Amino acid sequence: MPEAVITRPGPEAPAAPPAAPPSRYPAGTETLLYLDGVTVSFDGFKALNGLSFVVQAGELRTIIGPNGAGKTTMMDVVTGKTRPDEGRVVFDGDIDLTRLDEAAIANLGIGRKFQKPTVFEKLSVWDNLDLALKDRRDVFHTLFARLSGEQRDRIEEILGIVGLADRRNDPAGDLSHGQKQWLEIGMLLGQDPQILLLDEPVAGMTDTETGKTSELILDIARRHTVIVVEHDMAFVRDLGARTTVLHEGSVLAEGTVEAVQNDARVIEVYLGR
Amino acid sequence: MGPMTRRLMALESRGGWGVFVAVAVVLGVVVPVLNLAVPPSSPFHVPDFLVALLGKYLCLALLALALDLLWGFAGALSLGHGAFFALGGYCMGMYLMRQIGERGVYGHPVLPDFMVFLNWSELPWYWYGFDSFAFAMAMVVLVPGLLALVFGWLAFRSRISGVYFSIITQAMTFALLLAFFRNEMGFGGNNGLTDFKTILGFDIQSQGTRVGLYLATAVFLGLGYLLCRFVVSSKLGRVLVAIRDAESRVRFLGYSVTQAKVFVFVLSAMLAGIAGALYVPQVGIINPGEFSPANSIEVAVWVAVGGRGTLAGPILGAVAVNGAESYFTGFAPDFWLFFLGGLFVVVTLFLPQGLLGLLRQMRGRLPTRLAPRRSRRRRHA
Repeated sequence: MPEAVITRPGPEAPAAPPAAPPSRYPAGTETLLYLDGVTVSFDGFKALNGLSFVVQAGELRTIIGPNGAGKTTMMDVVTGKTRPDEGRVVFDGDIDLTRLDEAAIANLGIGRKFQKPTVFEKLSVWDNLDLALKDRRDVFHTLFARLSGEQRDRIEEILGIVGLADRRNDPAGDLSHGQKQWLEIGMLLGQDPQILLLDEPVAGMTDTETGKTSELILDIARRHTVIVVEHDMAFVRDLGARTTVLHEGSVLAEGTVEAVQNDARVIEVYLGR
Repeated sequence: MGPMTRRLMALESRGGWGVFVAVAVVLGVVVPVLNLAVPPSSPFHVPDFLVALLGKYLCLALLALALDLLWGFAGALSLGHGAFFALGGYCMGMYLMRQIGERGVYGHPVLPDFMVFLNWSELPWYWYGFDSFAFAMAMVVLVPGLLALVFGWLAFRSRISGVYFSIITQAMTFALLLAFFRNEMGFGGNNGLTDFKTILGFDIQSQGTRVGLYLATAVFLGLGYLLCRFVVSSKLGRVLVAIRDAESRVRFLGYSVTQAKVFVFVLSAMLAGIAGALYVPQVGIINPGEFSPANSIEVAVWVAVGGRGTLAGPILGAVAVNGAESYFTGFAPDFWLFFLGGLFVVVTLFLPQGLLGLLRQMRGRLPTRLAPRRSRRRRHA
């Protein structure tokens, strides 16, 4: 697997084993997201335990880990759903996300796809994309908003990318599970975020659907920073991106897919002691 | 056609406009003409009591419409909408009280009778201005709107939703009920405000005035309906449906759920206030009983019976249920509440889209879902 896939469009990431986060990357690449010692406890259980890692602008990153490793909690913290007990989440240089709410974080350019596909079932596929489309979000604008020709073209384009052009007028609730996942990815594209967080995008998909989805994600990653949380190792290999392994709320290992798969600690965690 | 005209025309389908115009003609032209211009001896004469009854129903229909905008589209079931209705009613009542002037029992030029009775010597500050019709009408929308703004902002900002929202709105109307019962509040206590004489100089008892009030109600109901239609057919309407079905997802798209919900809550409260203001001169009294929690619950029943999330349904529901109530209480008053309860159960179990859904089914159109735009929805080519 070529390393070039990992950090785009920046220079190649070194294959060197992980060191202290900031120095790990060559000068010139821009840090987009930096989790700094994030701790979240639920009734004494530490879902995240001093979690720190860095994602560069333009990077495609996969995050894996056994159940309860804190993958979804990490996404909740980044998107403002959960406030950490300790630590900071720094976005785009100087914005501390832990102080903002979900809507404010979304408007900064952080889009999220949930593990369980959540589309607006009563609304049509078109309307789902319309709501997601980057535009002013305030009440009075939405009360009088009309789609411009440009916005229509963009929705058409996204419909093509996610392969739902012929389902545009159907209620999103009528779509198959895989199609709902794609619609949700399409909605993220419409939001045009700086960074996309995808929580298990292939959960419950058939092999064909999984294959299509990895193509879709690789395509999206050409223009966006993408973080994928996944269980499915075959899919993670397909993406071939830099991979962070979480375990008990902190980073266990980080590197290429091959490197982490051959890491003795990772094998131990996955196969059990 | 300009873009705004097109947008207005698109509020309803061709058939929808047909029904709208037909109902408007019947309520706005046929009923008043048959009442005022046709002699009572004619079989076509619409009796005075029927006009009064219809006027009352249309006020309640406007209240049901207001609740449907909030409950049917944003998913927030307010069980305190009677409070906004009553506040609008009190604002109108205060204007009507100030119009009585020296014609009251005690003949005091400024103070309403109940204040003279309580040995008050001057008008409380919050009664100032209500001798002006324009001021009172502004208060009719501003007082309920302001209460909804403060209450809604606190509730929605704290993400209170579902049954908790319903409970605190019940508590709100109950608190107001207790407050308005107190004589010291200066709103007539238990007896409320009544014994009105004139509105805008017209004798409130004369049939001409009564028909005028009835017509005003029909006009406001029509305008209210179109306004609600405008809101739910806008992009904001889609945001509201999205909030109703998956609130947290809407936040992750970057929309402020609080802002959108507060907006419809305030708009809905203002419509309820207008409904109350139209109701009071037609029934001749406003008292704290209007704040009773049961009243607000009944509004939710009308909406459910008519068809939640349809706007037209609640209007139908309010008229049908209240019509049935008037009819039933005529010969079997003891059974009315049993009937109402039974109706609610039947509708909930068998008619998820209410009477309107039933009508549509009978016409062969099977709506598959609850959405702001129905069959007339624009297809995206």
